Amino acid sequence: MRLAEANNAALLPENLRDDFPILAQTVHGDKPLVFLDSAASSQRPRQVIDAIVHCYEHDYANVHRGIHVLSERATDGYELARRKVKEFIGAEHAHEVIFTAGTTASINTVARSWGDANVGAGDEILLTPMEHHSNLVPWFQLAERTGAVVRHLPMTAEGLLEVDRLGEFLTDKTKLVAFTAVSNTLGTVNPVAEICRQAREAGVVTVVDAAQSAPHMATDVQALGCDFLAFSGHKLCGPSGVGVLYGREALLEATPPFLGGGSMINRVYDDRFTPADLPAKFEAGTPPIAPAIALGAAIDYLQAIGLERIHAHEQALVAQAWERLSAIEGIRLLGPSPVEHGADIRAGLVSFVLDRPHAHDIAQLLDNEGVAVRAGHHCTQPLHDRLGITASTRASFYLYNTPAEIDALADALAGVRERFKPSGRKRRRRVEDF
Amino acid sequence: MPSEEEIYQEHILDHYEDPFHQGPLAGETHAHEDKNPLCGDVVRIALKVDDASKGGAAKIVDCAFEGDGCVISQASASMLLEELCGKTVDEVEAFSAEDMLKLYGPRLTPNRQKCCLLSWRVIRQAVHSPV
Repeated sequence: MRLAEANNAALLPENLRDDFPILAQTVHGDKPLVFLDSAASSQRPRQVIDAIVHCYEHDYANVHRGIHVLSERATDGYELARRKVKEFIGAEHAHEVIFTAGTTASINTVARSWGDANVGAGDEILLTPMEHHSNLVPWFQLAERTGAVVRHLPMTAEGLLEVDRLGEFLTDKTKLVAFTAVSNTLGTVNPVAEICRQAREAGVVTVVDAAQSAPHMATDVQALGCDFLAFSGHKLCGPSGVGVLYGREALLEATPPFLGGGSMINRVYDDRFTPADLPAKFEAGTPPIAPAIALGAAIDYLQAIGLERIHAHEQALVAQAWERLSAIEGIRLLGPSPVEHGADIRAGLVSFVLDRPHAHDIAQLLDNEGVAVRAGHHCTQPLHDRLGITASTRASFYLYNTPAEIDALADALAGVRERFKPSGRKRRRRVEDF
Repeated sequence: MPSEEEIYQEHILDHYEDPFHQGPLAGETHAHEDKNPLCGDVVRIALKVDDASKGGAAKIVDCAFEGDGCVISQASASMLLEELCGKTVDEVEAFSAEDMLKLYGPRLTPNRQKCCLLSWRVIRQAVHSPV
């Protein structure tokens, strides 16, 4: 009872900071590090680092085939991690969880295996304007291989998918809709369950890019109703090099494997093979053993805190950032306003452009104040084109970020703009000029 | 790590706010445009090249740049054109990446060197790209 109450209480990031040794440092002399780049890759707690060290110091060997104690321990740890992921996302079976190298590898696996087997010339692949390159390029490649056509569900000017028009785009030629649960640039939280519902009714397979949602809010593939779902370990307090592809059992069973090699076979003959059962069928080669085990530790860590609390904490940080940053003259905040649409429309990141200077200069100057943000196109060039900008600056938040850090960002940003305001500077003329 | 003071020196901010020959160039004979795929910085350099038909070396008699991007990419374009305007094509080709970084001044991390060298790459293509 007391525990349940504690778990319902607001998350206090100050109490978690000690778990993240990397955050307790100063940079550029005496500036406390303000890490606001977790959407690119999060930091990881001591519990996860310890799990990696423990694996390599005590329980490491190759999995599945060794007849010795270390291999058995490593296999147990690896398969336990799979069951943790299964619980984490609400999958029906552990063998619906495929360990991959990350979200990119997961999506490419679907494109190369399910895609090549099921998509043909003239078929339609439905995407959205807010996708990460990793949820665009594999489909462009599939379209190139098969002669399929890529279409885009429209998006409003402020960055909301026009889901009420989805019906127009789910034609009898549509084979697949691939879309992100949360935009890594706009911060928009998309209505995943509604899109999946309409797609399912139209007989269209859904691929959900959960790279930006799984670390920050509860994921339930049954409630979402998706067919495939992908996310990465390194954005979720876990190690890089491991990710997850979830697929419904019937789909995975009916799909040929993509990568060929060891582990994914049942029997190999002189000139042919028969594939292994799930999940090994999609896990050719030695998998990311220690990273997967540590991903299990990351899931334990996040679930002990509670994804709902993490999400609520990030929404509060976004509300604060939105209020502070909107007050800066010459700023344009990207994505839907949480003031106008409510807190649930956004996940824990805010991207923006200033009238001056450029995103890279902003990031450089913020870095000098100890504030780490992302600058560039965030692997969403088509979205940036649509927004009429070449680059933006993104501050992204996680469970360990504090309101004081949002203030540090806003204060530093106001200083940056002030520094670059036109001040009647004149270059020293060296040669004849206009 | 270079500090803010080193990267955004006064003479660089001067070039950013008051650039050398920024805008279109009437009567351009050569031009090239490129961008920095990482950050989206874009620079187009237009040249008026005296083609040496009257004897002597081919020479940049006028030049201008248009672009969009970070302070480093745009200020370095201004500094480069100021340096090379009036020079021969041979002199443009002899102007090395190292010369460009030296002209800019402050020490840059490898990522920001790409911003600084964008216009340098563009002008080397531009002298061989008649419009």
